[in-house]
Amino acid sequence: MSSKVNKVHEPLFHIAKRTGIPTWLSWLIRILSVAAALVACAVVTVILTGENPISVYATMIDGAIGTKRRVWSLLQNTAILLCISLAVTPAFKMKFWNIGAEGQVLMGGLATTACMILFGESMPSLLLYVLIIVTSIAAGAIWAFIPAFFKAKWNTNETLFTLMMNYIAMQIVSYFTYIWSVPKGSGQIGVINAATRAGWLPSIGGNAYLINIIIVAVLTVGMYVYLKYNKHGYELSVVGESENTAKYIGINVKKVIMRTMLLSGAICGIAGLLLVSGTDHTITRNTVEGRGFTAIMVSWLAKFNPVYMILTSLLLVFLQKGAIEISTIFGLNDSFSEIITGIIIFFIIGSEFFVNYQIKFRESQKGGNK
Amino acid sequence: MIVAFIQRAVVQGIPLLFGSTGEIITEKTGNLNLGTAGVMYVGGMTGVIGAFLYEQSAETINPVLAVLIPMLSCVLGSLFMGLLYSFLTVTLRANQNVTGLALTTFGVGFGNFFGGSLIKLTGSDTPSITLTQTSNCFKQALPFADKLGWFGDVFLSYSFLAYMAVAIALIASFFFNRTRAGLHLRAVGENPATADAAGISVSKYKYLATCVGSIIAGFGGLYYVMDYACGVWSNDGFGDRGWLAIALVIFAIWKPSLSILGSMIFGGLFIVHNYIPNLSMSMQEIFKMTPYVVTIVVLIFISMRRKRENQPPASLGLSYFREER
Repeated sequence: MSSKVNKVHEPLFHIAKRTGIPTWLSWLIRILSVAAALVACAVVTVILTGENPISVYATMIDGAIGTKRRVWSLLQNTAILLCISLAVTPAFKMKFWNIGAEGQVLMGGLATTACMILFGESMPSLLLYVLIIVTSIAAGAIWAFIPAFFKAKWNTNETLFTLMMNYIAMQIVSYFTYIWSVPKGSGQIGVINAATRAGWLPSIGGNAYLINIIIVAVLTVGMYVYLKYNKHGYELSVVGESENTAKYIGINVKKVIMRTMLLSGAICGIAGLLLVSGTDHTITRNTVEGRGFTAIMVSWLAKFNPVYMILTSLLLVFLQKGAIEISTIFGLNDSFSEIITGIIIFFIIGSEFFVNYQIKFRESQKGGNK
Repeated sequence: MIVAFIQRAVVQGIPLLFGSTGEIITEKTGNLNLGTAGVMYVGGMTGVIGAFLYEQSAETINPVLAVLIPMLSCVLGSLFMGLLYSFLTVTLRANQNVTGLALTTFGVGFGNFFGGSLIKLTGSDTPSITLTQTSNCFKQALPFADKLGWFGDVFLSYSFLAYMAVAIALIASFFFNRTRAGLHLRAVGENPATADAAGISVSKYKYLATCVGSIIAGFGGLYYVMDYACGVWSNDGFGDRGWLAIALVIFAIWKPSLSILGSMIFGGLFIVHNYIPNLSMSMQEIFKMTPYVVTIVVLIFISMRRKRENQPPASLGLSYFREER
């Protein structure tokens, strides 16, 4: 910058941390950012398709909630995304960057698949369900525990560790899709127990996905209570705020890290169960479809609050569904939805700045130059 | 056969080398850019777009332009991604992990979207994106490579981008360890508050490193499409290489010179299953796991050893705000 310092030059503006912000104002900022993001998305869509913006929005809404089937699919996808978001939340509140949800969900799903294939014929259905639930929770929890153990013991970087665990999980799933593939060597498992429906989550009142949604709703309430009213929830938020503070007041940080990651992985395992047993009835290495990463954004956008997460996950799934509809109608690639998701998240991430900081402009001095 | 194996391992390794060198430069300033996977997709795709438009519009292909246009558009594309990331994390102080993942979502989506829709959007009548002519210009090897037997095959048979990758890694290594700016850059990553107090502009270094890092990573995507894939874009063809590049950063313990060797090893691990006879399809999948397992082992090892020069930059993943001290 300028090296001449004959005059103290005050910058045009500087940035200061807000001491407090009224809730209404913070939400106004967030809502405005979503609105701005929607406008930006519409602009992009209009440029690419040449359609007028109103019909673009109409197509999106139609794609997301146009038919009864679509509404169910929207709710189902929201439930799964919400479930994974709930799973990663306690870890994030602790500032443990678990970006391995993808792998933990896959391992849970793999455990479910194994139970369905190996014991689907031979076991009474009640026992099979119990076995599925126990193994999938255990599989997810173990997969999350490994990085947590090393973090607690040797402070191994958890972001990179959990990231690598994702791809190991994917390869393991690929391995088993070859082992169990139908027909042999095709590398695809296909629908498991299609005839007997053994190990499939039952449909309630003819709605196949209702049970998933109910399970996730219960989990949401449970997580809200756990984080807000439970001692564990308090402890992990203290660890997240400051590890040293936690140590001074006698919290066993290592124990909290491992315990929280076990919980995080266990819920991921349930998400895997819901995906395999409750939705797809099969598994591939891409079953999770990157939701493990999207969940991180959902959780962060909702400020780690399970209730707001319902809104953020619904928003993202709604946009994805809408964008896929647009790409189908205009014969474009359905990765369009990822572009839209990216844009929305960029805007919301950016808006957080204005919630946390304020820009103070230089006050004009009387008689001062400029 | 060993010669062919080494050759293919190197070709596999070069995109990773680009990606990891870029990521190391970025991470050395404390910015953990998990968007590298997305940046590499965007770099590859913008290169393809540039080449595609040029091949469609030009009567005859001028080899110099055919190389320069994709490279320039690749630079612009990845520069945009780098700027976006730095604006959000440095200026707006957003969370780096979330921003990086959003960048990956966006970048992979961008690559696949234009990969699948470019032909329709430009209204051309080609059935698929096949840039053979451009690819041939990129793949121009040294003229005397095939006259030197195995030596030529192992060391001289690659295209200019491959040598560029090695050169960039060596330059980066020199820059970090032997120049004042490199020292400043590392200081920003280790302790931004101290660097700031010493009069180093933290934001400037973070911006520059992230943008330069992104451009380098973007070349990885370009190399993949133009050289490895012979100019044929296939969606998701690039696969998980972006994440593998991030893994390589750890494997090379944040040293660009080591990542040259590391990238060849990773490239070898990536394809070794093709060279083991009688390997079933399922076992091949297990072999593909090795780069990640090796990375985890390295990660655990360096955290247990606690050797100071092998640690990640101390402020990795944290945004810096002067008033928060």
